[in-house]
Amino acid sequence: MPFSPIILWTDTLIYLFVGIVLFLIWHVRRNEHLLAPWKRVGHSASGMSALTVLLFFLIAGLLDTIHFRPALDHTAPNGERVYSVEVLSVLDLLVTPLRTNMEKTYSAPLATHLYAKETIELPDGKQIRIFARLVYGGAHLQNPDIDHANDIIWRSAKGLMAGSLVWCLLAAGLIIFLSHRHQEKFTPTIAAILQRKTEIPWYAILITLLILLLIIGCGTALASHYHVLGTDKVGQDILYQSLKSIRIALVIGTLTTLIMLPFALLLGIMAGYFRGWIDDVIQYTYTTLNSIPSVLLIAAAVLMMQVYIETHSELFETIAARADLRLLFLCIILGVTSWTSLCRLLRGEALKLRELEYIQAAHAFGVSHWRIITRHILPNVMHIVLIATVMDFSGLVLAEAVLSYVGVGVDPSMMSFGTMINAARLEMAREPMVWWALLSAFIFMFTLVLSANLFADAVQNALDPRRRTLKQSKRFFQKPDNKEQTPSKLSQAIKPTGSSHQP
Amino acid sequence: MKNLLEIENLETLLHTGDTPVRAVDGLSLEIFPGETFALLGESGCGKSMTALSIMRLLPEVGEIVAGQVKINGADLLQLSEAGMRTIRGKRISMIFQEPMLSLNPVLTIAEQIEEVLNQHLQLSKDATKKRIQELLEQVGIPDVAQRMHEYPFQFSGGMKQRAMIAMALAGEPELLIADEPTTALDVTIQAQVLDLMRQIQQRTHMAILLITHDLGVVAEMAQRIAVMYAGEIVELASRHDFFQHPAHPYSQQLFASLPGKQKRDQALAVIQGSVPSLAQQFNGCRFVDRCNQALAICHNTIPQWYPVTSDHQVRCHLYQQNAPEKLPIDNTNQCITTLDAKSNTTEEALLQVTDLKVHFPIRKGLLKRIVGHVKAVDGVSLKIVSGKTLALVGESGCGKTTIGKSILQLIKPTTGSVRFRNQELVALKRSQLRQIRSQFQIIFQDPYSSLNPRMRIIEILREGMDALTIGKKNDSKTRDQSSNYSREEEINALLRQVGLPVEVKWRYPHEFSGGQRQRIAIARALAVNPELLICDEPTSALDVSVQAQILNLLKSLQNNLGLAFLFITHNIAVVEYLADEVAVMYLGRIVEYGRINEVINHPRHPYTQALLSSVPQIASNPDRHIIALKGDLPSPVTPPTGCHFHPRCVSAMPICRVTYPPASTFSATHTTHCFLYPHEQVS
Repeated sequence: MPFSPIILWTDTLIYLFVGIVLFLIWHVRRNEHLLAPWKRVGHSASGMSALTVLLFFLIAGLLDTIHFRPALDHTAPNGERVYSVEVLSVLDLLVTPLRTNMEKTYSAPLATHLYAKETIELPDGKQIRIFARLVYGGAHLQNPDIDHANDIIWRSAKGLMAGSLVWCLLAAGLIIFLSHRHQEKFTPTIAAILQRKTEIPWYAILITLLILLLIIGCGTALASHYHVLGTDKVGQDILYQSLKSIRIALVIGTLTTLIMLPFALLLGIMAGYFRGWIDDVIQYTYTTLNSIPSVLLIAAAVLMMQVYIETHSELFETIAARADLRLLFLCIILGVTSWTSLCRLLRGEALKLRELEYIQAAHAFGVSHWRIITRHILPNVMHIVLIATVMDFSGLVLAEAVLSYVGVGVDPSMMSFGTMINAARLEMAREPMVWWALLSAFIFMFTLVLSANLFADAVQNALDPRRRTLKQSKRFFQKPDNKEQTPSKLSQAIKPTGSSHQP
Repeated sequence: MKNLLEIENLETLLHTGDTPVRAVDGLSLEIFPGETFALLGESGCGKSMTALSIMRLLPEVGEIVAGQVKINGADLLQLSEAGMRTIRGKRISMIFQEPMLSLNPVLTIAEQIEEVLNQHLQLSKDATKKRIQELLEQVGIPDVAQRMHEYPFQFSGGMKQRAMIAMALAGEPELLIADEPTTALDVTIQAQVLDLMRQIQQRTHMAILLITHDLGVVAEMAQRIAVMYAGEIVELASRHDFFQHPAHPYSQQLFASLPGKQKRDQALAVIQGSVPSLAQQFNGCRFVDRCNQALAICHNTIPQWYPVTSDHQVRCHLYQQNAPEKLPIDNTNQCITTLDAKSNTTEEALLQVTDLKVHFPIRKGLLKRIVGHVKAVDGVSLKIVSGKTLALVGESGCGKTTIGKSILQLIKPTTGSVRFRNQELVALKRSQLRQIRSQFQIIFQDPYSSLNPRMRIIEILREGMDALTIGKKNDSKTRDQSSNYSREEEINALLRQVGLPVEVKWRYPHEFSGGQRQRIAIARALAVNPELLICDEPTSALDVSVQAQILNLLKSLQNNLGLAFLFITHNIAVVEYLADEVAVMYLGRIVEYGRINEVINHPRHPYTQALLSSVPQIASNPDRHIIALKGDLPSPVTPPTGCHFHPRCVSAMPICRVTYPPASTFSATHTTHCFLYPHEQVS
């Protein structure tokens, strides 16, 4: 085999997470009444546009999750293949030139010369201080001063063309698919999309997709010969760093939430629902936990972890495995320390809910505590959970940045938005200023967090049954002829499956 | 007479959904100085929006799109916001429904009134203080000099509403808009507040625009009445005309749907359906779908105003000059088979509550020591025979609901016994209770919070059946598939029983109106085949027309299924209509207990007498004499010594302050606790 697959700890958890999501999707698809609200998510223009953007981030993150060790050219004395100690991911492979094209130090986006003057010895022995040419960025240009601008325009035009070509193909594929499904001709389908009459807002999705593909096309065309977002202090490509940071951000955002949620949900609801001594114990626990500054707690835990890793270095085959374990522990520690605020929110909500009459009615039926918690309280606090987790997602990515600053964040060998910002921070005071590292970290983070927020917003709107009538009447207003169908279709569709999914 | 307020063709839109809701649609009315004008209507018909439009205090989404609101000839809608501020509180004041929410909790009463005075009258500091005292004395707040510096939470509900009125009067307005001023108050307090408003009106000759849904309050207060339906006024009349000859079918049907003693043995006339959505354009009469006298013309022509007499107008085609012959009104209420046929059932007690006490401890301090008890229920005994209805009547805070919940063991009683079919419930564990829970169920007051918004109707109905394993066949083999099937059949039957179409089981609760939700709540309780249903104010959150539907449903269920009801309510009319026996509660104790006729016709306890006399009556009765009660319900933390009622009782004697009166018996069923009557020797 030319490579040996590696599954790191966080990879396992991500695969598990993906598996759970796929199972849930399968489960929801089987039950019509669960599917109906999710279909409404598909009707939100902002939500679906956000999902389109989010998908690109997810793809980048997932590609970066498939790790392997490439085989080296030579073999071991006993004939076995020798694998590199460097762990690569599929993403690394795809963007190989970005990874390997290292400059000496800082260079501005799309530059052909370094950002700092250096002394160069001419062939005749004289020394001059100039901005040296980059090794890779714009290396193909004979005369950078004249050709530079033209070359960039030409290449971006080609990239834009390629991007729009891909988009056209995708759009055509979509139209064929849609008209095949609805058994219509192409023209009415196109007209429906253009007039934004389709149930799923294909118009908005296609626009988002076009913008994304143009950016990607342009970036790809330029990236082969330039450093699109510049390079950092050691000459590494910022674009490559940003792409690699996506996975770390997603891991920290999702795994921490996953670790935090059971604590927050179970303890918060239990405290509010049972009251009495259970409430006291849980309250004292989280108040105590809250009273310790979380950075100190995390720092202490990470340092202990670090010592353990360093004294047991034989446990780790590669640097990546070591960094990965540190990341996992960072997630766990962040999760353990950050459940308190959500827990407090949920306790308050559960306190309110337990007095409501439908809970009282459930008591009157002798419904068990566990069933009341899972069937009555949990669904009614889900909106809080959803909002809190999405808010936390951005907060956690930022927390990682702060921890990296203190020196207890992710392993220095890992690239994350936190380490990028931290490194860029030092250069903000420099003259001339190095702005691109910070800017690209911010743009990537902003897009990720914003699209996650918008998507969560759409999900929340659709899942709240109380909000639905408004949304339906809206569509009814625009398309009076469709109203008659929707409810009857729904009830017809629900009926047969409704009886088959009884527990 | 010159008009004080003149509203012409007022149109107010609410932009809540995608189509604007026409909350007020072409409303015109006049109010003369010194009169009380009542705007009567069900919830959601635009009454409050009219009031807020007059004050120009509409919510963000509201917009006045047309019309004029003139006070003494000046159009309020043309004024700037700053100009409007000189009107509000000075010429027009408003009091709201919830006294608890309309006072700022962090300012003292005096500070809040001072704010109004500073805004509108330039008074010196001393004069302001004097004026505040005057105002508060005027509304009957005792011990003003001290109490004016107290915070709203130190005032009781009735006191807060008095303070609100004082605040509204501070600017000496010409018009007072009272938006459901007594709906949140108890009957005895309501009588006090209404009386106060009448007195003030006589003294100051202020006009009152009274907004209410309560026909009784209207009958007591108003001189002229406008009936509002779906955003417009449908009938305009003087009080006498309106109560003698209601003209619009809606008004007539409203009267018919009121519960009362005379209608005991029949079903109440109901107004079918509910108020139509105001987001649509109306082509005909707005009431046509619910009208029992609808003509063909009603569907396609909007009715104009037609005079009945000189000052009695109605918006109905029936009163057109060349109106087609009136249809005979189908008011023959179908009789519900009276219970007499069944009343020979054994008088065996289904539920026997003896000396039930529920005390909530008040804990204080670090160690949470118990420093006192809220004696919510303090020694209550009652008995319900199967198939009969016992009504538990009392003001809010007297412990009615606590009794209901402690019978169901939702609240653990402190002492006492609750026996259901000779089985003691009090000491039972959760698991033991589960086995008999199916036999007694509860229906709650608020249909909006009694159904889980995240569950579909079928899941709501199944929950109880699943938890109590109702309808499971003994044969466990055939259980899996066929029981699912039969259970769904059962749910369909239940929904039909409460008068809902079967398809609704796939929907979520928010898609239903209040009345429909209450039907679902009843279906949920019935799902486990109970014998006793505890109804905790099941109709008090509903409109009169919907209330009639629910009461009819409950009554027919009782006749068909032989259910026993413990009916907890403060609505005397409902009690008269439904109950077989009545227990009157005051501060955690039952003060009078007896058959319905005994208690309603010959109330013995002074509290019962006062309570019954305070209920606003529609039929004007010259003999009627309201027994005004002083003060409010005392706190159950420190109940008065002796008879709990003595501080408010008109015929209190020295002994009342010392010991609690023992029971006096008038007949085998009628007892009361009062020293006015000789009590029997304990046998």
